[in-house]
Amino acid sequence: MTSVKITDLVKDYTLRSGLKRTRLRAVDHVSLELTPGRTVALVGESGSGKSTIAKILTRMERPTSGTVEVRLDDGTPVPNGHYRREVQMVFQDPFASLNPFHSIEHHIARPLKIHGRTQSQEDTRARVLEMLERVNLTPAEAIAPRRPHELSGGQRQRVAIARALAPGAQVLIADEPVSMLDVSIRLGVLNLLGRLQREDQLAVLYITHDLATARHFSDEIVVLYRGRVVERGPSDAVILDPHHDYTKLLALAAPDPERPGRVTSEAAVDRKAIDNSTCYDHFAGEWREAAAGAKAAVSAD
Amino acid sequence: MTNPSNAPAAADNAELLAEAAAETGRAPRSGWRMLLPTMTPWLAVGLILVGGITLFGLIGPLLVGDPTEIRDQGLTAPTGDFILGTTQTGQDVMAQLAYATRGSLQIGFIVGVLATVLSAFFGIYGAYRGRVVDEAFSLFTNVCLVIPGLPLVIVISGFVPRESRGLWTIALVLAITSWAGSARVLRAQTLSVRNRDYVAASQVSGERPWRVIVVEILPNLLPVIASQFVFAVISALLGEAGLSFIGLGASNSSTLGTMLFYAQNGFALPLGAWWWFVPPGLVIALFGMGLALINFSIDEIINPKLKNTRLHRKRARRALRLERELARTGRKVPRQAAPSDEETVR
Amino acid sequence: MTAEPVLTVEDLTVVYETEEPITAVKHADLTLHRGEILGLAGESGCGKTTLAYAVNRLHRPPARIASGRIIFHGDQGDIDILALEDAGLRAFRWERLSMVFQGAMNALNPVTTVRAQLKDTLLAHRPRMSRKEIRERSEDVLTRVGVDPRRLGSYPHELSGGMRQRVMIAMAMLLEPQIMIMDEPTTALDVVVQRDILREIVRLRDELDFAVIFITHDLPLLLEISDRIAVMLEGEIVELEAADRLYRDAQHPYTRKLLGSFPSLSGERGAFIRTGIDETSADEISETAEERA
Repeated sequence: MTSVKITDLVKDYTLRSGLKRTRLRAVDHVSLELTPGRTVALVGESGSGKSTIAKILTRMERPTSGTVEVRLDDGTPVPNGHYRREVQMVFQDPFASLNPFHSIEHHIARPLKIHGRTQSQEDTRARVLEMLERVNLTPAEAIAPRRPHELSGGQRQRVAIARALAPGAQVLIADEPVSMLDVSIRLGVLNLLGRLQREDQLAVLYITHDLATARHFSDEIVVLYRGRVVERGPSDAVILDPHHDYTKLLALAAPDPERPGRVTSEAAVDRKAIDNSTCYDHFAGEWREAAAGAKAAVSAD
Repeated sequence: MTNPSNAPAAADNAELLAEAAAETGRAPRSGWRMLLPTMTPWLAVGLILVGGITLFGLIGPLLVGDPTEIRDQGLTAPTGDFILGTTQTGQDVMAQLAYATRGSLQIGFIVGVLATVLSAFFGIYGAYRGRVVDEAFSLFTNVCLVIPGLPLVIVISGFVPRESRGLWTIALVLAITSWAGSARVLRAQTLSVRNRDYVAASQVSGERPWRVIVVEILPNLLPVIASQFVFAVISALLGEAGLSFIGLGASNSSTLGTMLFYAQNGFALPLGAWWWFVPPGLVIALFGMGLALINFSIDEIINPKLKNTRLHRKRARRALRLERELARTGRKVPRQAAPSDEETVR
Repeated sequence: MTAEPVLTVEDLTVVYETEEPITAVKHADLTLHRGEILGLAGESGCGKTTLAYAVNRLHRPPARIASGRIIFHGDQGDIDILALEDAGLRAFRWERLSMVFQGAMNALNPVTTVRAQLKDTLLAHRPRMSRKEIRERSEDVLTRVGVDPRRLGSYPHELSGGMRQRVMIAMAMLLEPQIMIMDEPTTALDVVVQRDILREIVRLRDELDFAVIFITHDLPLLLEISDRIAVMLEGEIVELEAADRLYRDAQHPYTRKLLGSFPSLSGERGAFIRTGIDETSADEISETAEERA
């Protein structure tokens, strides 16, 4: 069991056009906490910085400032060499995240071998089959030698989940794991993630732009707008009782057959008037400075 | 996102469906199978040409006599004794051709391997590391690219004294002047592959950089590398022939280029001794053609659209014909629609 | 809603001539009424895009129309689309039936300005239009879709994704067609932008009274904007019903399954969610069963 504490995370990108350099702040003083067995949903549009946070968490990018602490449940920090054993990621596009050249077995066997989870050839094979069965890919013997293009999107995403869990990861970052899948299999994949989370007490960061699944599949929602957290709180509270203008806009824009006929009504919130300098924290029940809220805004529980 | 790709969906569906149909009921294929081109008549011709000439270069020298032996039957046209006649000094052209083919193939192969290794290193490794390494490597590549190849080769070959101008010197010179183009192609391909999610995923799983390059990226570049290799062999063969023809070739070896050089010096053309210069020229041309044909087939793997156009052309014609028939017969069926159709349209 | 039909599709079958011919659309029957938004819902590979392309005869070989009739009921009488010759077809497309394609990035030519592309479309169909008329018409359509006419001089890459999609819609309504087919026009866009564009489409429909076939996999979205919804499964239209009735009282099990696939934003938490019971959807189970056999 492992928990992650992100404090005051900042990421700047330098954009160069000719001789001119401009700085783009993708993530602006974001603080988050992932605890075992809980799901935190990170909600926002494209360009809001959610994918950058995922990249920093998986150490594909370095933060400009701020810290990411990963601790085991006895409080000891995870050593650098073991970081990738603890923190893993499921990518958005199952059609791109598996190498077309390699078999399914290869994809799951590699992380097992890298992190020393197997001793022998037979052991590896047995574990690969076990992982495939855990993600409901049966018969595992038939799936293992196949290559990605022979599987459906949903099946591929299950393979990607198995690969992420293969090193024994305790922290799972799911970057829009179902947005590329057919609607009728989305819930299946999300429920699979839910079961694996309960079985292993995983700490999950669910990155999405879909408010409805964020509400139903997470315990806490963090709304991101232009790199800043503008609202956070228990998922029902954030969706059903949004305080920040941007969250209201998002909630209004999401299709909801329960409230038909909204499409023709003009937008209640003026986009240009949205400011992202404040953040409503449902846990504390008050407004805070979005950027400076780092110390206090870490979720209360 | 039911159609993740943005290309015209109808065509895509066709491809997917065709693929699905082709895949069902077939045993899972290994990754390597995917890299092999499908057999087409053109590929077959290319393989036969290249295979035949290679075989001739390998075995030929064992079957023919001494190519340097001087006889007193100068410039005889092809006869039973000398299948391809003799040179001015009475040397057997057939024997010369066999040895020359071997020499040319040797140089072509050596240059192909050297240029491919160089371009793979500078292209793939640079692109994978990115930032400073990539900048430096691609600057170096670009500098090498604009160095005019043949003049440099002439200068270098001219500087190296004739005695020490061996096969390897020439091969090295040709390799150094010919890898840069391929390196750029490979760099572009690597940049695109490197940004795919599966590379990121293997990095997140903790794979070491060299393993990511060799196991995850390289297999997806193999068709491109193969095509670049074939191209390098063609250009080396021609480059060497050119060098030898102007007398700057390797001193101790005989190649198709040196054959042409001697034929030119021996006034083969004005004397009408076609059997002296046509065979080496033809071997160069046919070998180049064979490799080019193979290259086209490799292109189909790199760009599957080419393959699909070929595969679907027949089906598409059939579909079009059937549809036309339907449209024609459909007209004969009494319709409720107003007869003024055509007028409305006009 | 007037019940006057503008497009009738009868018994349409589209076959892909592959080694084993695949029927992508099976005996589809569809009537589109004037000024109506008809939603076409279904998952990838169900044939909804093929159907839309076939209606316009934009399908490409090896796809072919194996049977059926497509009749357009225009102001000047009916047109049998399948009987049109090339010239007639060209005139018909865009003048009376236009399309908004899925990827606005690819549908706009990256190397010419918006103005030039609008002009090309206009001149192709109205060769005698004067320069002034073209400019006025171009500015008019852009204003209608909520894009500043000053953007006429922009290249597509200078526009945001939402803006490009608006330009595509502007281009589709340039010749005031009676039908617009929209293939996932908002899928690649952010929810807020998507909402703006949907609002625009509904408003334009109210103003100009054209009919829309709106293709998407997003059923909740269709429920909000369309008058009627057709649900497609494996090439067949399994249910065609008014939107509210489809939502309250879906007949076909597949429709119910699709509806159940979308957790409701404001409603109760469904019992199926986070219980881990329904992990594998019916499709995938049957898929694996087939594999075993």
